[in-house]
Amino acid sequence: MSTSSATFAAQPARRRSSPLTRRKAIEGYLYISPFLLGFLIFTAYPLLTSLYLSFTSYNILSAPTWIGLENYQRAFTQDPQFWASLSRTGRYALLVVPIGIVCSLLAAMMLNQGFRGTAIFRTLFFLPSITPVIASVLIWLWLLQPSIGVVNYLLSLIGVPGPPWVQSTTWAVPSLVILSLWNTAGGSRMIVFLAGLQGVPQELYEAAHIDGANRIQRFWNVTVPMISPTIFFNLVISVIGALSVFSVAYIGTQGGPAYATYFYVYHLYITAFQFNLMGYASAMAWIFLLIVLALTWLQFWGQKRWVFYAGEERDSGGKDG
Amino acid sequence: MADQAASLPRVAPVTGTSNSAMRFRDGVTFYVLAGVLTLFFFGPFFWTFSSSLKQASEITTYPPVFWPSEAQFNNYYRAWTKVPFFTTGFASFAIPGTDMFLNVPTFGGFYVNSLIVTVLAVTGQVLSATLVAYGFARFQFPFRNTLFMLVIATLIIPWEVTIIPSFLLYKWLGWLDTLKPLIVPSWFGGSPLYIFLLRQFFMGIPRDLDEAAEMDGANSFRILWQILVPLCMPALTTVAIFSFLQHWNEFIQPLIFLNTTENFTVSLGLRLFQTSPADPGEPKEHLMMAAAVIATIPCIMLFFAAQRFFVRGIVMSGIKG
Repeated sequence: MSTSSATFAAQPARRRSSPLTRRKAIEGYLYISPFLLGFLIFTAYPLLTSLYLSFTSYNILSAPTWIGLENYQRAFTQDPQFWASLSRTGRYALLVVPIGIVCSLLAAMMLNQGFRGTAIFRTLFFLPSITPVIASVLIWLWLLQPSIGVVNYLLSLIGVPGPPWVQSTTWAVPSLVILSLWNTAGGSRMIVFLAGLQGVPQELYEAAHIDGANRIQRFWNVTVPMISPTIFFNLVISVIGALSVFSVAYIGTQGGPAYATYFYVYHLYITAFQFNLMGYASAMAWIFLLIVLALTWLQFWGQKRWVFYAGEERDSGGKDG
Repeated sequence: MADQAASLPRVAPVTGTSNSAMRFRDGVTFYVLAGVLTLFFFGPFFWTFSSSLKQASEITTYPPVFWPSEAQFNNYYRAWTKVPFFTTGFASFAIPGTDMFLNVPTFGGFYVNSLIVTVLAVTGQVLSATLVAYGFARFQFPFRNTLFMLVIATLIIPWEVTIIPSFLLYKWLGWLDTLKPLIVPSWFGGSPLYIFLLRQFFMGIPRDLDEAAEMDGANSFRILWQILVPLCMPALTTVAIFSFLQHWNEFIQPLIFLNTTENFTVSLGLRLFQTSPADPGEPKEHLMMAAAVIATIPCIMLFFAAQRFFVRGIVMSGIKG
């Protein structure tokens, strides 16, 4: 034991006498034991159990029976809502992720100009992101009420006939996109961008300016590369968030009208907790996990092409933004 | 370089505009844009508050009334007692046409449930995340880096994948329809994000302090408790605030784990409000908006009390992540 713990000690430089090292190691394990236990009980165990259940037929009432790949087969070939809800979720993500990131970045760039009142605006933009999801949905259902809602009234003032929003199959998804923008565009994503922007050394802009770069060129050639790590971080988080869309659809539109907002996780929820098809729902959950992991891996793989880490050079730059 | 920069006209901090006319134009653009965004982000709060004070008749009029002719603060009392927020217990409603009374828990009950869940879960998350982060930051033990990677990896496991076995586990434990599933997991390692944040913070504190205390014979727990924790109060406060919002706003877990109205949290209570019928001959939007305000007030108050911690916490998790 003493030899093995000695070999595993990561930094030999910190190694002292063996008994002390070992005592420290045991103490370390004791301190992280809540995590270890929690990981085993609330992550590893459920993860493996759902993998097992995905190969079974299980309705809670009777014991799970092994059916091999039947659940996966059912998802890919027999369940029309599987592909339908998946592509719906994909289209929602394709809409909400780019719009959300562009809006947050624009809002952050605006707040980074150093005009008077910036702190107040930052606060006002941030408030929606701390509002409980249920409250924000109720608020927006009321704002977007088709006949007497205030949004359609304001639209009518500028001569635009208001759409029926959540009541129409065409406008239900855009309604949820607006709701999601309200909830997230001014929230942590904007704050992360703001911090990223403030980390861009002022000299780079001045140098670009001297070289005759206009605003747009400065944006693409200075700002974007310098904040690309924050763009990447926000992208990863936003993609996962968008694919998990559930609550807003559950509260706001009940998946409707006509399945227009019946997203993947909604389908999973209904399958598991309304129809008690725990086996099939577990298979759906694992397919979802694999999709999320694949997309995250793809983004990490792709980042080499566009994400620029300035490394140490950045610390030597000015930080007066 | 420095000479060149100095010879430029005094530039705006970030944009690098070259003269005051341009600066003025930027200012106009800034305030116009900020105004539009304020309308989008803050307008809904105004509308919610104004709607919550309207009379029933002002709710249905079109064009909408922007501010009630007479503020109906009574709406808050009615919202509090309709689906019955602070007085635990029940409100009695006469069932029309019979001499029977319907006893429904008041919103006060939901508030108390949410407070119990939030206070206990925040305490658990802060305490256990502190212990685990300390273990990772200050001790050498085999597999430390691998285990820390595991902490980070759990960040991207979507809840959908573990929810079914967790549900089955709580069912087996007899915890369904109790507040335990919403509290107990928080005591096991807190959350990966909080462990990460606190570990970063611990690592920023020089080890000299620990080592000096160790020389004086303090054990590791005393070092944590009497030296590190007092130095980490800002980080701990940040974590506590995020944890508070997370639990107060949680919707999906209560939705899946709770059944009976008496056990509902505020989010579910608001949902119940949404789905329950209105009083005959009266819309319920004004009451629902009052309930939405009641549910959101704790988050907004917390935000204004602790604004600086928000920005710091988000920046730490975003940039260094």
